[in-house]
Amino acid sequence: MGKAIMEVKNLTTKYITRYREDIYAVSDVSLSLEEGKSIGIAGESGCGKSTLALSLMGYYFPPLHYMSGDIIIDGQNISKMKPDAIRKSILGTEIAYIPQAAMNALNPTQKIIRFIEDVIHAHNPKVPDKEIYDLARKRFEELGLPDTVLDKHAVELSGGMKQRTVIAISTILSPKVLIADEPSSALDVTSQKMVIKMLRNLMEKGYIKSMIFITHELPLLYNVTDDIMVMYAGQIVERGSAKEVVFDPIHPYSKGLMGSIIVPESGARDMKLSAIPGTPPNLKNPPNGCRFAERCKYATAECKVNSVGLREFGTGRSYRCMMDATKLKEGNADE
Amino acid sequence: MSDTRPICLSGKGITKVFGIGDKKTLAVDHVDFEFYEGEIISIVGESGSGKTTLSKMLLGLMNVTEGQIFYQDKPRDIRTHKKKKEYWRNIQAIFQDPFSSFNVFTKIDTVLLDCINMRGGRHLPMEKKIEMMTEACSFVNLKFEELTNKYPFELSGGQMQRLMIARIFLLKPKILLADEPTSMIDACSRATILDMMINLRNEIGMTIIFITHDIGLAYYISDTVYIMEHGKFVESGSADEVILNSKADYTKRLISDVPKIYEEWDLTTV
Repeated sequence: MGKAIMEVKNLTTKYITRYREDIYAVSDVSLSLEEGKSIGIAGESGCGKSTLALSLMGYYFPPLHYMSGDIIIDGQNISKMKPDAIRKSILGTEIAYIPQAAMNALNPTQKIIRFIEDVIHAHNPKVPDKEIYDLARKRFEELGLPDTVLDKHAVELSGGMKQRTVIAISTILSPKVLIADEPSSALDVTSQKMVIKMLRNLMEKGYIKSMIFITHELPLLYNVTDDIMVMYAGQIVERGSAKEVVFDPIHPYSKGLMGSIIVPESGARDMKLSAIPGTPPNLKNPPNGCRFAERCKYATAECKVNSVGLREFGTGRSYRCMMDATKLKEGNADE
Repeated sequence: MSDTRPICLSGKGITKVFGIGDKKTLAVDHVDFEFYEGEIISIVGESGSGKTTLSKMLLGLMNVTEGQIFYQDKPRDIRTHKKKKEYWRNIQAIFQDPFSSFNVFTKIDTVLLDCINMRGGRHLPMEKKIEMMTEACSFVNLKFEELTNKYPFELSGGQMQRLMIARIFLLKPKILLADEPTSMIDACSRATILDMMINLRNEIGMTIIFITHDIGLAYYISDTVYIMEHGKFVESGSADEVILNSKADYTKRLISDVPKIYEEWDLTTV
């Protein structure tokens, strides 16, 4: 076991809408991230993946509100800190974030080097410009980006190049945790591969210590991360190593997600795609029982009333279901 | 592939040039194709390879610089607006962004009702129309009762894209052109949408032109695959032929760039 860089305990956050309704987007999420490891978060749209990313950063600006739980980064509890204090002392140096729409994250009227100056000056205003330029050029070269990019404007770059530039800028201060929120879902396959290669490069060179990767593309997650967490309606329903979750899922929902994988390999054509029937529950008033019960084929009357927490299975694996893991696995194998 | 089947849509030497003089760019470069009736055709390429330009020309939204498109063996004539409207009865499209493809001021019932009226159902009694709309909604796993009196923005992206397919089901065009219909949708709803398109082909015999950058989807859904690079078709043929025994280097690269689960994913080739 390596040293845990990030520990999250029972984190619950909610949105308050303008009609004073509460939406529990993330409930009771726990995770621990070790040095040199990466965690993937999978799930369908609207299940709270992006909200979880914002919550993990402590980015509690309305309508997002903190409810309970702890976020501990390298021994420092940031969950009770003010959002402005977090922006000054945590973001950039402890946690960095790559947004989903990184394409639009760059101001078109400024040169790329200005963004890097901004990032560094926000934490230490006394660094001379020349030093920043040298650091940026060295970092860009190591990551395989041409240093001519520094003197260009964002509009002169292609989509893939913009995304990689955003990654380079947000990791310039060598953060401990990098949260990547669907960094490649707007790119074509070749640019996607370059982005993934760059993230791997950052990990290997030690510029980031650990990574949380959010996506809905399971084949990608399998190739990028060590562990996978499957999220459904704001809860973690399964956690395990990438290989276990993809090839031997326990929870019926993860099994359903695996059924929708499409890859250009022989045999994929005759495979029947199994979509999960129904839609996720409304998080305004989540059901008392298991949140997946409406769509689950194993659901019993008890499932709709009672819910369970995460149950351990083997080493480092956990799942959220009434039924026993061995029984669920048998059911999955029968299909 | 047997050549006895009737050709639905074909093109000879289709070219599109943007700009003039030094700024000239060749977006689509002397492309030939033949799409047979009742077939699912995929056009695959990276961003910037000219897929969307080609699809706009097929739809008649953009003029062709050079070459001729044939619809059912006759040269396509869309010079007047009336003729263009007649052509659009036969070809319909689903676009990438479901959020911007509906009129925000129109209720969903009106959207579907318009489709029935357009197909000559204007004089049908209301009960019959509601029955037809319910049938179309159940085809795409939506409940019509839940959709009445709602506006399109109240639906999720996947539901909107399915509503678009319900429209197509009511309009019953000869050709459906789907321009990256699943790229803004998560993997789980993607599977349902693909299955619905296959059902459209099986039940109505529609020709489907599927434009995508994901070669895995193309392999799953289509009978014939065209690979496009810099405005040219570099390879074409049946799905198995092109994807399992690809000849062009470009196709091989596209396939190797897709993340795999059963094979090793080689990161060194970029």
